[in-house]
Amino acid sequence: MANQRIGEMPPRARGGLPPSVAAPPARKAARASGSRHRTPALVLLLPALIYLAVMTQVPFLLTLYYSFHFWNLMQPTLGMRFVGLANYAQIVLHDPIFRSVILNTVVITLSLLMLTVVLGLGLALLLHREFPGRGVVRTLLISPFLIMPTVSAVMWKNMLLNPVYGLFDYVLRGAGLPGPDWLATHPLLSVVAIVTWEWTPFMMLVLLAGLQSVSLELIDSARVDGAGPLGVFRFVTLPHLGLYVQIAMLLGTIYLVQVFGEIFVATSGGPGIATTNLPYYVYLTAFQYWTIGVASAIGVVTVILTTFAAMGFFRILNQAVATV
Amino acid sequence: MTVKPSWRSAALTLFTYLVALALVAPIAWMVMTGFKTEAQAFQLPPLLAWRPTLENFGYALGVAQFGRFFLNSVIIGLGSTVLACLLGVPAAYSLAFYPTRHTRDVLFWILSTKMLPVVAVIVPLYVLFSRLHLLDTRLGMILLYTMMNLPLVVWMMRSFFAEVPREIIEATQVDGASLAAGFVRVTLPLAVPGLAATTLLSLILAWNEFFIAVSMTYTNAATLAVFISSFKTSEGLFWAKMSAASALAIAPVVLAGWAAQRQLVRGLTMGAIKG
Repeated sequence: MANQRIGEMPPRARGGLPPSVAAPPARKAARASGSRHRTPALVLLLPALIYLAVMTQVPFLLTLYYSFHFWNLMQPTLGMRFVGLANYAQIVLHDPIFRSVILNTVVITLSLLMLTVVLGLGLALLLHREFPGRGVVRTLLISPFLIMPTVSAVMWKNMLLNPVYGLFDYVLRGAGLPGPDWLATHPLLSVVAIVTWEWTPFMMLVLLAGLQSVSLELIDSARVDGAGPLGVFRFVTLPHLGLYVQIAMLLGTIYLVQVFGEIFVATSGGPGIATTNLPYYVYLTAFQYWTIGVASAIGVVTVILTTFAAMGFFRILNQAVATV
Repeated sequence: MTVKPSWRSAALTLFTYLVALALVAPIAWMVMTGFKTEAQAFQLPPLLAWRPTLENFGYALGVAQFGRFFLNSVIIGLGSTVLACLLGVPAAYSLAFYPTRHTRDVLFWILSTKMLPVVAVIVPLYVLFSRLHLLDTRLGMILLYTMMNLPLVVWMMRSFFAEVPREIIEATQVDGASLAAGFVRVTLPLAVPGLAATTLLSLILAWNEFFIAVSMTYTNAATLAVFISSFKTSEGLFWAKMSAASALAIAPVVLAGWAAQRQLVRGLTMGAIKG
């Protein structure tokens, strides 16, 4: 995993970022009576650590183990046998679907990241003003994020995107334009639209927190130096916000690579494999085709790709912190 | 904030209202459709005035066995949240107040388990759970969602504990109070608002989770998210019933989310950002 990289996160950043992991408030107190409390402190900690290890690390090692084996649950008589790297060779070299799936995953994740951050920043800027009903507007705006993915997908698929009864095509027809069958002709765009609607509020909340934690002193001193509103935004707010954008994108990568429910409901990965991403492909190979070895290999590849993406963001994050 | 000409400010405010309404409109339309007849449900433009009917909600609760899935979601959500708090709050307390040179590594190891995509562990868990007869059981789902929410509980509660003034902690230690007594009598009450937010967020995430639920359950322990997904093929046939069931399914978490919105950012960023 990427935990060593995460360990390089800044000990203490400016503004609204938390007291760091490295500087807990009670350090002095702990030192004063550390040895007396060491054993009970460990007793409090261990159950959680053991639970997580058993539920995540052990299964991941088993995934690695399965990925080197042939094992089809639909053909139990064939049993489980060691096949070395055959599953990896199969998906990487001989499976054109897998390549499309990787591409789909990258396209979906990147377009979601860009759209949600840009739109989220827009909403955050709109909310970062005093106006009547601001609290209510904020509350309304986070709602799409709170709705379960299967409900949003069912709702979008039927009520908004349906070619006959859907609202979008009704509006288009009203304007004299042809209303396409969105999910059939623009499946990737449709999935991205649904998930963007759900996740923009998350980015909005993170970036709003960033906007609200800009030091007022810095803004004032920039004004004294003659900066206008745009200048303040460009030279004070934006650099400060950079850190928040990166945290948002890092978390976005981790969560958005795993988009599943929307695809399951809206397109079932189709038409064909047009909207099949890595999680949906693992679901298919494991729980529809029951090819456990292949599914495990795809799972391992997903981890490798996610880790690289996350490491990339951590590197950017660290550089940003160093230059701020 | 700069003082702008009032007409510009008013226009911007109006624009903000319109954007908010547009983004929430699909949800509002869906909830309204739940109160329509099937014939009214797919009328375009959407009917804005009609005599509301409770028929669809009755259907969802009665015929469609909505209640069974709702109960599964409640039991699994509450069970996993309680278990995650029982394991995670003491761990967070220990990490916040009794740090060692390993504390940082431990915290980031916990975070790394959250970053592990579920697809990387689901297959062995399925095999393991089928051997242990935990597939399609509420207990099995509680164990899985505890795994999902435990890192969140530890990180979020640690960030709340870190805000308890150190003088108070030192005072309890000078008084010679035991670790447990200090925790229960002093620290926990101060961290109650944080615990409430953590609990709500953990409930929301468990309530909405779909990948694990659809992979590990069939009928007995299937949650609302799985039940709703069965409407995926209702091409304009059962919109009213679908909408009523969906409205019932999202109501608890939307309310919980509104209640916890001040702490939502902190939870979703694992304590990295305070909203």
